[in-house]
Amino acid sequence: MKFGVIVFPGSNCDHDCFHVVKNVLGQPVEYIWHDDIFGGEFDCIIVPGGFSYGDYLRTGAIARFSPAVNSLIDFANSGGPVIGICNGFQILLESGLLKGAMLRNTNMHFICKYVYIRVENIDTPFTNLCKPNQVLKIPIAHNEGNYYIDEVGLKDLKSNNQIVFRYSSKEGQIADKYNPNGAKDFIAGITNSKGNVLGLMPHPERCSEDVLNSTDGLLIFKSILNWTKVKT
Amino acid sequence: MITQEMYEGLGLKESEYKRILELLGRQPTLTELAMFSVEWSEHCGYCRSRRWLKILPKTGKFKSLVGEDSGGIIVDDIAIIFKAESHNHPSQVEPKQGAATGVGGIIRDIFTAGARPIASLDSLRFGTLDEPYSRYLLKGVVDGIQFYGNCVGVPTVGGEVYFNKRYSGNCLVNVMCIGVAPKDKLARAKAVAGGIIMYVGSSTGKDGIGGCSVLASAEFAEGEEKRPTVQIGDPFTEKCLIEATLETISTGHVLGIKDMGAAGLTCSISEMAQAGGTGMDIDLDKVPTREREMQPWEIMMSESQERMLVCIKEGKEEEIEKIFSKWGLNAAVLGKATIDGIVRIKAKNEVVAEIKADFLAEAPLYEMPHKKPDYQDELNYLDLDKIVQPRNLGEVLIKLLSSPNITNKNWIYHQYDHMVQVNTMVLPGSDAAVLRIKGTNKAIAATTDCNAKYCELNPLRGAQIAIAEAARNLVCSGAEPAAVTDCLNFANPEKPQRYWYFKNCVEGITEACQFFGVSVVSGNVSFYNESPLGAILPTPMIGMIGIVSDIKKVCTQGFKNENEAIILLGKNLPDIGGSEYLEVIHNQFKGQAPYLDLSQEKALHDTVLKVIKDGLVQSAHDCSEGGLAAALAECCLSNSEKITGALIDNLDFDIRKDFVLFAESQSRVILSASFENVPKIKEIAGNNTVPFKVIGKTGGDSLKILDNDKELINLKLDKLKSVWYESLEESLNSSS
Repeated sequence: MKFGVIVFPGSNCDHDCFHVVKNVLGQPVEYIWHDDIFGGEFDCIIVPGGFSYGDYLRTGAIARFSPAVNSLIDFANSGGPVIGICNGFQILLESGLLKGAMLRNTNMHFICKYVYIRVENIDTPFTNLCKPNQVLKIPIAHNEGNYYIDEVGLKDLKSNNQIVFRYSSKEGQIADKYNPNGAKDFIAGITNSKGNVLGLMPHPERCSEDVLNSTDGLLIFKSILNWTKVKT
Repeated sequence: MITQEMYEGLGLKESEYKRILELLGRQPTLTELAMFSVEWSEHCGYCRSRRWLKILPKTGKFKSLVGEDSGGIIVDDIAIIFKAESHNHPSQVEPKQGAATGVGGIIRDIFTAGARPIASLDSLRFGTLDEPYSRYLLKGVVDGIQFYGNCVGVPTVGGEVYFNKRYSGNCLVNVMCIGVAPKDKLARAKAVAGGIIMYVGSSTGKDGIGGCSVLASAEFAEGEEKRPTVQIGDPFTEKCLIEATLETISTGHVLGIKDMGAAGLTCSISEMAQAGGTGMDIDLDKVPTREREMQPWEIMMSESQERMLVCIKEGKEEEIEKIFSKWGLNAAVLGKATIDGIVRIKAKNEVVAEIKADFLAEAPLYEMPHKKPDYQDELNYLDLDKIVQPRNLGEVLIKLLSSPNITNKNWIYHQYDHMVQVNTMVLPGSDAAVLRIKGTNKAIAATTDCNAKYCELNPLRGAQIAIAEAARNLVCSGAEPAAVTDCLNFANPEKPQRYWYFKNCVEGITEACQFFGVSVVSGNVSFYNESPLGAILPTPMIGMIGIVSDIKKVCTQGFKNENEAIILLGKNLPDIGGSEYLEVIHNQFKGQAPYLDLSQEKALHDTVLKVIKDGLVQSAHDCSEGGLAAALAECCLSNSEKITGALIDNLDFDIRKDFVLFAESQSRVILSASFENVPKIKEIAGNNTVPFKVIGKTGGDSLKILDNDKELINLKLDKLKSVWYESLEESLNSSS
């Protein structure tokens, strides 16, 4: 399965995603420069975290205009799996591939720490190896991770099973004190209505190896591999 | 015509100006004067410190590299490059940008050596938090570090923060950066004759002019406005610059490369020429500028950020230019490195400077008088019998754990991305940060340390303790101490009673490093850290790295399981001089610095490393501020997955109870281990003649410390946890 990792000037998790795909998953992977266009040569696209174009404007607001994101929209519309992590999630929102928007964290600070997220939907390309309601230990690192969507949009997300991850306690309990950034309905990750595009604020690539502090992120990457197996 | 007012305005002394006239045999041009002023400033020329810096050991157990701008060690085929630098005065003036550009500057020093920056640490000092300006500074500095570090993609993995009235008028912001590279891919900061000189990165503006000569090389005086001398940082540009530079170095076309830091173009041009023994012909009209009608001397002095000077092979200009333009950065050919040894700067077809590069390197060397301060003996006198033993020792522990110098710093480190690059094995909040080296079975441990109060009480021993504690933090993580970078922060060196601390601290660092076999590979001196409020505490900040030889044998400080033995290595001594206990509880700063025996310390390191390597222990934590009791509480609370209680019922109270619990005697480590491993650990400690005692066991929902049957401390973990993790934020909010 061939992965592509889009590199914007200012991306800083591109190397990390590349590393996990290549050295942990053992899959072929290439960088895609933001100025380039691409087509069907990839089986999965990762939009990595970082500060694309410095994010001096609204996060992800400039990245959406890049040629690579144009190709990404085509790729996603044709059903290819796309995973946007952190700034990648923000870019997917700005590009319209996902619904909603990001506000600043309620404490008005950047937050970097391990949190727990509960898997809300295991019938996706990204979570099919998880158990129902499984809790993952996974780090966040962002300034604008306070997901917002209006009530109508939220209702749609719920009725289509598009909410994939919610912030929770270690035991899977959902409560305000486990919501690190104020996200609406504790949302940490959602898909599009077709289910092939995932955006999430936590960083699975940061917890995919034994030497780090959790390997729960690997479940997400392995699910992608497993999905194509299931599909074919 | 150069006037006295002009050269003094640039920070030059009359004697120095006379020397310039002598060297040139004529009056300098304005540009030349500016060049001398920065190269001969304390910040660049080390005029008042070089004499002592020479004695620092440049070799140690690990093969050391000492480069032009940074240093490092070689481990197998990998070069680990690291350095620390201060950005004190800019941060006192404008905390966010001061700290941000401090981060940016030190990161550039690392990647210009060809190494990818993989981690930063910050060592900070502020006045106490009851002062509004200290709170403003802390918030601003933390904001600056997160603003720059998070965006640039280099994790901020550790550091330290202390608060003391003595930093009220002059905070300290020291930043350390670590990078790695294949050892044959390193770059040097020197020119090679015949090479093409290119300017790459951001364009040049009028920001930061005089930053190093005016701001960094003098005391703060009353009512001065120095904000215009602070630079503005752009981490996005720096991130692009990192990638473009590493790509450029990997082409093999780079002969030399240097960051434009302090004194910008002046420094990079003259120091690259000096280091390479070449001259340089430079055309300032080619410099990309962002403001119109900049004077040649302004271009030469600007400290605009995110710029570099590169010396490349002739004919490769276009290839290099292409790389930088891909990353949206300037690249312009300024001239050539020449064989005549003369730096020749042209602007609008006129020569504005023509100086032998060697002249600029000849910064004056001053032999500074030093004298033990008159107040020193009185400061060292402490009548222990007059210290009243508090009745409620549990209350004392709570007060200590909530005091800003001891309490957990998560309010700070949660604002820093400390995991990007996926190397961080041990997260902030343990004795040292540990980073795996990708593609190897090894890891780097890193820490910064300095108890400046000890250095004021006894600069020689205080500096030795800084080295000893840094090394102890590393061994507690399972790493062998390898090498040091330092930031020597001191007050006005022209005052003999201040300089005395500097001299003694350097001697202390030297002795301890030699003893432990660690080299000092890089560093920086920051003098003039004093204001109308007085001098800072002498603060020789030590950044030390160590090597973990087996990535599976990394240790952290938190207790892991119930019903395991708690072991104390080392001896409890009545060292309360300069302790937090004395200051927080008894409101005194006095006494002797703690006792330190380097050979005992070394024996402790050998013991701890051996028991970790043999897989015998679950945790290791050194005792420092707050003493044994604070360290035990930290062991209980540090395992984020599960806090674990402890019952300490076998402690010797052969000295006063409060001294056993809160004195800061050195060379002590708390271990936890399964009971079956205890005999083996005891044997290893015995072989190294390190005092060993099982003092209790883990488990329960509280920290209990007993003297025989008498309960001295009994505190619920929930209470300790909220005190430990929430006090810093509370003290920031409650008073703001």
